[in-house]
Amino acid sequence: MDKVNHAYDERRVLRDVQVTLTERRVAVIGANGSGKSTFARLLNGLVVPDDGEVRVNGLSTRTDGAAVRRQVGFVFTDPDAQIVMPTVAEDVAFSLRRRKLSRDDTARLVAEHLDTFGLGGHADHPAHLLSGGQKQLLALCSILVTQPQVLVCDEPTTLLDLANSRRITELLAGLSQQIVLVTHDLDAVLSYERVLVFADGTIVYDGPPADAVKQYRMMITGT
Amino acid sequence: MLTGAYVARPSPLHHLPAGGKLAALAVACTGLLMVRTPAGVGVATAAVAGLYVVGRIRPAEAWAQVRPLRWFVAAILTVQLLITDVPAAISLTARIVLAVALAGLVTLTTRTTDLMAAMERALRPLRRLGVDPARVALLMSLAIRSVPVVAGIARRVRDAQRARGQERSIRAFAVPLVVGVLRHADTLGEALQARGMDD
Ligand SMILES: Nc1ncnc2c1ncn2[C@@H]1O[C@H](COP(=O)(O)OP(=O)(O)OP(=O)(O)O)[C@@H](O)[C@H]1O
Ligand SMILES: [Mg+2]
Repeated sequence: MDKVNHAYDERRVLRDVQVTLTERRVAVIGANGSGKSTFARLLNGLVVPDDGEVRVNGLSTRTDGAAVRRQVGFVFTDPDAQIVMPTVAEDVAFSLRRRKLSRDDTARLVAEHLDTFGLGGHADHPAHLLSGGQKQLLALCSILVTQPQVLVCDEPTTLLDLANSRRITELLAGLSQQIVLVTHDLDAVLSYERVLVFADGTIVYDGPPADAVKQYRMMITGT
Repeated sequence: MLTGAYVARPSPLHHLPAGGKLAALAVACTGLLMVRTPAGVGVATAAVAGLYVVGRIRPAEAWAQVRPLRWFVAAILTVQLLITDVPAAISLTARIVLAVALAGLVTLTTRTTDLMAAMERALRPLRRLGVDPARVALLMSLAIRSVPVVAGIARRVRDAQRARGQERSIRAFAVPLVVGVLRHADTLGEALQARGMDD
């Protein structure tokens, strides 16, 4: 297990956020517009803070963005936006371009990973013919093929039906990587070690899932 | 047409190198320009059909390659019939359809990755002019991938307009479409960055 240290200090959207995430399973919940996605994007340097520093394994996202992104995989809500190649196998292979592997090695790695994700039979199919659930599986596969140490997921199941949503949630649970999951699925966070509750750009609760969910429900109904 | 419609099948055409196929396509299309007589068009049509058979492409898959042309064909045929005679109109239209069919055959029998690699090699001499072949090839892949995505956005926008009874308003269609496409482009850019395109 790896240790990841993040410290934030961003104005406006995120106000004086300061956390160190060392747990293997961290979930982020909160209302729409509370800053969850911005927080997630800070973790791999897609967003660089106005003030303060975000560090992953000692690397600053400001100065070593590309190196950070090599360690931190990012899963978006809409799989259509993150599948960049026309066919299934090509999209997974795209992730491996940087590694400069031989054609055969690339093909073998791609085939292995597609099989693990149950997409082996679709290798040469156009990506747009996959179902929503299969697209999200492909997106996940394309990211995990590079073996990132950390996986940040911004509402990976929001567009999926119940069965596919479960499937992705279970798949994430089985991964060895450190995971930071942004979600509105309060059931999914119960198995997480640590849950951050966001409101108006700050962390209003940080602790075990049962209490976090209770706090969040109270915030919505109470005030 | 351009949806990365590769079909994996053991055929001699699938085994040919992508670069060779692209070069042959260029030669064939130039050749088509010189076909003038109806008999020549007949021979060319037979040849293209024969190539589809060699490539073991099913009729439905072949039809899917030229089907998007049907309105275009109708339009061009009408215009041609007005300005020239029947044989000339038919041969011109047929040659356009044949060229598209040949290009379609190349995409059906070649993986996009291989096509892009071949294109990258072909563009290499342009490096001196400041062209980055790898970028151009990536751009082409992205364009191919984006066709069905943008079509999906357009479909959703149209459905939403219909549901609100705004069937005929061009603006009610165009504005959300453009917004949707821009938003998609934005996320796509982020996804590329997240997947390591910047190093
Ligand atoms: N690229 C951007 N430019 C300007 N403002 C932005 C941008 N992205 C987000 N915001 C604003 O920042 C605030 C927080 O947005 P963020 O997307 O982080 O919220 P969120 O918690 O992920 O919400 P949701 O649950 O709806 O996804 C919102 O008020 C939003 O309008
Ligand atoms: Mg969000």
